[in-house]
Amino acid sequence: MPDFIAEWLNTNDIFNAMTMMEYWDGMVTTVQLVFLSLVIGLVVAVPLAILRTVRNPFVSGPIWLYAYLFRGTPLLIQLYIIYYGVAQIPGIHETFWWTIFREPFYPALLAFTLNTAAYTTEIIRGAIVATPNGEIEAAKAYGMNWLLRMRRIILPNAARRAVQAYSNEVIFMLHASAIASVVTIVDLTGAARNIYSRFYAPFEAFIFVALCYMALTFMLVFVFRKLENHLLRHQRPINS
Amino acid sequence: MAAPRFPELPMLDLKGYGPALAEGAVVTIELAFLSLALAVTLGLLGASAKLSGNRVLTGVATAYTTLIRGVPDLVMMLLFYYGGQVAVNALSDYLWETRQIDFFFQFDPFISGVVTIGLIFGAYMTETFRGAFLAVDTGQIEAAKAYGFSRWHTFRRVMIPQMLRHALPGIGNNWQVLLKTTALVSIIGLTDMVRVAEEAAKAERMPFHFFIPVAAVYLALTAGSELFIKWLDKRANVGVVRGN
Repeated sequence: MPDFIAEWLNTNDIFNAMTMMEYWDGMVTTVQLVFLSLVIGLVVAVPLAILRTVRNPFVSGPIWLYAYLFRGTPLLIQLYIIYYGVAQIPGIHETFWWTIFREPFYPALLAFTLNTAAYTTEIIRGAIVATPNGEIEAAKAYGMNWLLRMRRIILPNAARRAVQAYSNEVIFMLHASAIASVVTIVDLTGAARNIYSRFYAPFEAFIFVALCYMALTFMLVFVFRKLENHLLRHQRPINS
Repeated sequence: MAAPRFPELPMLDLKGYGPALAEGAVVTIELAFLSLALAVTLGLLGASAKLSGNRVLTGVATAYTTLIRGVPDLVMMLLFYYGGQVAVNALSDYLWETRQIDFFFQFDPFISGVVTIGLIFGAYMTETFRGAFLAVDTGQIEAAKAYGFSRWHTFRRVMIPQMLRHALPGIGNNWQVLLKTTALVSIIGLTDMVRVAEEAAKAERMPFHFFIPVAAVYLALTAGSELFIKWLDKRANVGVVRGN
């Protein structure tokens, strides 16, 4: 750490090395929670989105219902249901699941994953449905079977169409993760709430985390812009 | 013994929390509508500022929308609620010491909630309205000018009615998200239905029993809004011939 920053921290009541560590730990928790829920959510959402486009209503119906329920209710309520509800499942205290779900991190991770998977399913489904018919016909003409068509033609092109909406979902998830602090997780917002109540200094505590979240958000925006440029290279005007 | 008015369904036995939950639902709906009104106002102002061509106004509006999109709604809400009280206290002390004016008010969660949600969705509405204004045919504005309409007149008589059709889907999406965001105000202590359900669930140790009805109310509100917006959209586009 540069000397002048260390000196400034030493003479400051609120932003000292200890609270900085609290903020740092909070940021690590936030990033873990968001990253894990997004990755698991995406892995779950791709097969769900494919199955959602199947004509059989017994296959697509339950997935539609799942997405509808999780998109139609607030994430906070989903979090409460899972966080408070897990402990009420009869017999769970004797199983090894209890050692996992006793920590508030895992109920929150489950709630966030289920929520983001629901939104992502709909985003990917929209992108799959928008595949031009000619592409599918061409793939069929080449003798590709369903699996190969999906893998080589439909999914890669759907990814290109979905990336912009998905980047919004990622940023939405980062912001939504602030509610993890409500179930006693010390994420970035949780750290700020602790520091606020210790010093009764709302501006220092909350404006600082607001800046942290902004930095994370703009980093994500930058990464997704690069990704979009990469995926949509073929659509770039020639003279640029 | 008189027969109970409602049959005793195990699903709907709310352990005496029923009236409180219903009141909380009313609070949620009030909160949502007031925030929407503020958001639409801010959105119109923001979009007008962005399209005004004035560099200062455009800069202010851009800073506003960028700032809002970078910060989580909950953090903003905590900042307004706790920070607002500290600011009012400081102002109150200052006024008393310098001018002997007795001025104080308690910052309540409802106002903080309306202000925060209004500000956040005002930023999203700004983008919606900006796009909608740009979608209005320039020929219409030229025609208004040719008729000698003033800028304000053009705005009110030509731009607003024609832009609404384009803005409607965006307003609908924002409203759906706004509705779900109102749940956060329970965190800063507003007794809306989420808070009542949380207290009941903790006291009775029955989380599913209280949260699932509340979730159902939210679902009904979002589903109802969806239908209403579809109907509005159909009406607004009645004179538009759609391709294919």
